[in-house]
Amino acid sequence: MFWSVTASLLEGFGMTLKIFVLTLVFAIPLGLLISFGAMSKFRPLKWLIKTFVWIIRGTPLMLQLIIIYFGPGLLFDWELLPRFAAVMVAFVINYACYFSEIFRGGIEAIPKGQYEAGQVLGMTKSQIFFKVLLLQVIKRIVPPMSNEIITLVKDTALARTISVYEIIWNAQVYIKSAGLIWPLFYTGVYYLVFCGILTLLFGYLERKLDYFRV
Amino acid sequence: MAILEISNLQKSFDKDTPVLRGIDLSLEQGETVAIIGSSGSGKTTLLRCINFLETPDQGTIRVGGETLLDASDRRTYKESEIRKKRLHFGLVFQSFNLFPQYTALENVTLASLLLAKEAPDYQSHHKELTAAIWEKGRTLLRQVGLAEKQDLYPHQLSGGQQQRVAIARALAQNPDILCFDEPTSALDPELTGEVLKVIRGLAEQKTTMIIVTHEMAFARDVADRVIFMDEGVIVEEGPAKQVISHPQQERTRQFLARFQGA
Ligand SMILES: Nc1ncnc2c1ncn2[C@@H]1O[C@H](COP(=O)(O)OP(=O)(O)OP(=O)(O)O)[C@@H](O)[C@H]1O
Ligand SMILES: [Mg+2]
Repeated sequence: MFWSVTASLLEGFGMTLKIFVLTLVFAIPLGLLISFGAMSKFRPLKWLIKTFVWIIRGTPLMLQLIIIYFGPGLLFDWELLPRFAAVMVAFVINYACYFSEIFRGGIEAIPKGQYEAGQVLGMTKSQIFFKVLLLQVIKRIVPPMSNEIITLVKDTALARTISVYEIIWNAQVYIKSAGLIWPLFYTGVYYLVFCGILTLLFGYLERKLDYFRV
Repeated sequence: MAILEISNLQKSFDKDTPVLRGIDLSLEQGETVAIIGSSGSGKTTLLRCINFLETPDQGTIRVGGETLLDASDRRTYKESEIRKKRLHFGLVFQSFNLFPQYTALENVTLASLLLAKEAPDYQSHHKELTAAIWEKGRTLLRQVGLAEKQDLYPHQLSGGQQQRVAIARALAQNPDILCFDEPTSALDPELTGEVLKVIRGLAEQKTTMIIVTHEMAFARDVADRVIFMDEGVIVEEGPAKQVISHPQQERTRQFLARFQGA
């Protein structure tokens, strides 16, 4: 029994990991773009982006999942997105908005003098960004990003809202089929181990960047 | 011939409040000029215009006879052209603005190393080029008395030491004119001396400098010439000892009196 549960949970965890990794891969660059939009000097764009971020951050991810999956069909009579694609769209948009706020905070917190010091030394814009600002921004955003990324691990469970089966779903099956509760506790082990690894990773990164102060 | 000639420089941030109202200023090679004046008189704005951090509304800036900026010229310049113009000047900020993730020595060499990469003979000579840059960086740090601190990061240095690194960093680009914006105002009083000493040394070596300062005794002793600014204009200028000790203008006198009172 234990081994068949393990295998089933592993399969569910595969889905969890897939959502996790793909969300990061797409939401980080998109979040960077959104943060640039939110800092734009072009007012209409700035307010459009800010309103969008406000809506996404101000409503539950679960609601967004349901709307993205059923919305196009019910509102416009379009074909439904495949379930997994709908999950990815919702997660990427949602997390890109959260990340964008972290990026914006990190970028705006860098004193203007850092940029100007580079300018008067004759550095180009891109040299200033890559050689001076970037590492300072990264140092500032590692702690909030690690929080957000660990939240993402647990948010993946929401995928089941539109019947994309991840690890908890696979464990819950055993309640009905075999009257077993321990597979649910067992999923907790997966989460704990995975979040533990991430925590160690981010701790390592923070220590790596500890040699300077911003 | 004057190395720097500024004429009729004007700048306002909003229409009704001009900050610079026609500044004329020229500087001889090797001359040290101190600018004094009360808060809000436009001293920082002047230095920022000279260093292309602000765009003046009117006026011209010439260095060595070459017009670097003519505000009536509305062409947009390429980034590379503006950079070349910038390299005529150096600026030392009130708040140091060292790059925190680099050591003292790396702060001094960073911009030179990046610039060297663009040199046509970089590929063939990059070992010699970079070695020379590092060597020069060490020499400059020795000159500001920080040879032993070259591998420390800014947060491991005192304010006075940080400002001395910032001076070395500005010197590394060989500016024709080095500008200082209140280089000691952010420092504890007991740390100002070491920074002023470095600047004094530069003056003795005939570095061309514009120094905005509230250190009147320093301005009197080190500058060749002192300029008093008020409300965006130059009210009085002359030999340092004369302006500080025997000001001709009433406004200068009031300013200096208030200063001695404070
Ligand atoms: N970026 C800006 N936007 C709007 N107003 C500005 C800006 N920079 C400076 N000013 C205004 O210009 C005036 C002159 O400022 P500036 O910083 O040049 O004075 P200062 O002589 O350097 O004063 P201090 O001795 O306090 O440093 C001030 O009234 C200031 O409020
Ligand atoms: Mg100022």
